Amino acid sequence: MSNPLISARGLTKKFGDFTAVNGIDFDVYKGESFGFLGPNGAGKSTAMRIIGATSQRTSGTISILGKDPELHGPQIRAHLGVVPQQDNLDMQLSVAENLYIYGRYFGLPRSFVKGKVDELLAFAQLEEKRDAKVETLSGGMKRRLTIARALVSEPEILMLDEPTTGLDPQARHILWDRLFRLKEQGVTLLITTHFMDEAEQLCDRLMVMDKGSIMAEGSPAALIKDYSTKEVLEVRFGSDRNQEMADKLRTMCDRIEELPDRVLMYTEDGEALLEKIYAANLHPKTSLVRRSSLEDVFLRLTGRTLIE
Amino acid sequence: MSLANIRQGSLVLVDAARVQSRGAIYVAQARIRQMMKWIWMIIGIAIANPVLYLISVGVGLGGLIDQSVGPAGVDGVKYLTFLAPALLAQAAIQGTMDETIYPTLEGFKWHKTFYSMNSTPLSGAQISYGVFLTALFRAFYTVVLYFGVMWAFGALESPRAWLAIPTAIFAGASFGALMQAMAGKLEDENIFFVVLGRFVMMPLFMFSGTFFPLTSMPFFLQWIGWISPLWHATELGRHLTYGHAISPTMIWVHFIFLGIMLVLGLFFSARIFTKRLAK
Repeated sequence: MSNPLISARGLTKKFGDFTAVNGIDFDVYKGESFGFLGPNGAGKSTAMRIIGATSQRTSGTISILGKDPELHGPQIRAHLGVVPQQDNLDMQLSVAENLYIYGRYFGLPRSFVKGKVDELLAFAQLEEKRDAKVETLSGGMKRRLTIARALVSEPEILMLDEPTTGLDPQARHILWDRLFRLKEQGVTLLITTHFMDEAEQLCDRLMVMDKGSIMAEGSPAALIKDYSTKEVLEVRFGSDRNQEMADKLRTMCDRIEELPDRVLMYTEDGEALLEKIYAANLHPKTSLVRRSSLEDVFLRLTGRTLIE
Repeated sequence: MSLANIRQGSLVLVDAARVQSRGAIYVAQARIRQMMKWIWMIIGIAIANPVLYLISVGVGLGGLIDQSVGPAGVDGVKYLTFLAPALLAQAAIQGTMDETIYPTLEGFKWHKTFYSMNSTPLSGAQISYGVFLTALFRAFYTVVLYFGVMWAFGALESPRAWLAIPTAIFAGASFGALMQAMAGKLEDENIFFVVLGRFVMMPLFMFSGTFFPLTSMPFFLQWIGWISPLWHATELGRHLTYGHAISPTMIWVHFIFLGIMLVLGLFFSARIFTKRLAK
């Protein structure tokens, strides 16, 4: 494999006594789509801001495009496209102006940026909103504009912090489609998310983070294979009876997880397990067999769900 | 719709060195673009403000004062002529304040636009200088318009009166730079605005020898004038517009005071911006 674009060892960031990122190691290679998966407060955004060469690390080493961000911040940022968690667009300017001024911040020539703005408006499906004030855009449109803005300088790495948080399902799908197209073109993507479906859709390789540390790393499929079973049987006995039943169910499969509203049973064959439950004369109110997901991986690693 | 054009990794495309030398100008260009959205309102205020002030205080109150002091005048001139240079400097200060405090709060707090600027090759210092340059631009045309109104009112007596334009802008720059550094530190702006308006701006305006010579104040209140950029600029402005007598030493003192304030303000605001963005 070629040299990594980003390489971190023992990367740590503290805010006073609080350790936001706790000695993490990772490498990101050209053309891959790499994700940080974890709940809010896991340290994903902090890690992103260090990789974005804006926030300074407390200790450890990191090299981005072969340079140390502490010494070469502007040179590194020249080749990054950053989509922060909050769309920090310029509310007083129009959609096209937001793209234009951002391009100028990279020192790009006026004529180049003007052409680029048209291209990006098409990419973000915002051609009709060209002269609209940013204030008037919907959440999904603002998000697409922020992504388009990050692409104005044709960056080596596109970094997205929680790209679809706060969007409705339709807006999320439009956005995923745009990101998937970028991925198909071989753009190196770095994504943080607390949505497992997003991580599964967009990431080739993932780091599961919790409380500033890395819990596991691998492709979504490999993580599921390593930390979960093929299938999951979800049964509900009613919130007052779930716990009592869990004790009886525990012996019937590899592993169970009790959640407030349901019991998750990990098994290679969900249907067979369900039959076993009925055979034992236990009658869940509802049952569902599904494939294991990253949510199950996270639950296994941390004992908690991703969205709390 | 074509996607073939969304390219990446054009290492040749972006020239970080170019941004390093011109970054502040890019920031100022973007800020001026924003300002242009309000330009008619800004110009309207820049003209209405001196017209109203000079009519009410300069002509109205001034008429009364001129009558009672007789031909000796105030500092040897009509009250209007005496007052106008102070108002000119005040307008510059108000202009730079508006263009430093609000954009700084917007950039760090309200819309966090400084963070998006900082994710490009732009540095915190460049962002602070860019905002400051924009404030200078605002001060420039505010003062020029004000000066035009002063001329129309016949408040200029000396042929080198126009030199009061740069001295007023200088005062605006000094105070604006300091305000920008302060705004960069702010977490809670509500209290700041109350304190600034009532306990800083108001006393400075009233006690900087604006409406009467500083020396007619009790001695223990004159220090307010000494620390006020408005007084220093007013003294220079009076000297230039009608020949108010000041010693060469004092001319230096005024310039050095404003100069130190400017350098400190710029230094701290660049530092504060850089630190806050790197958190």
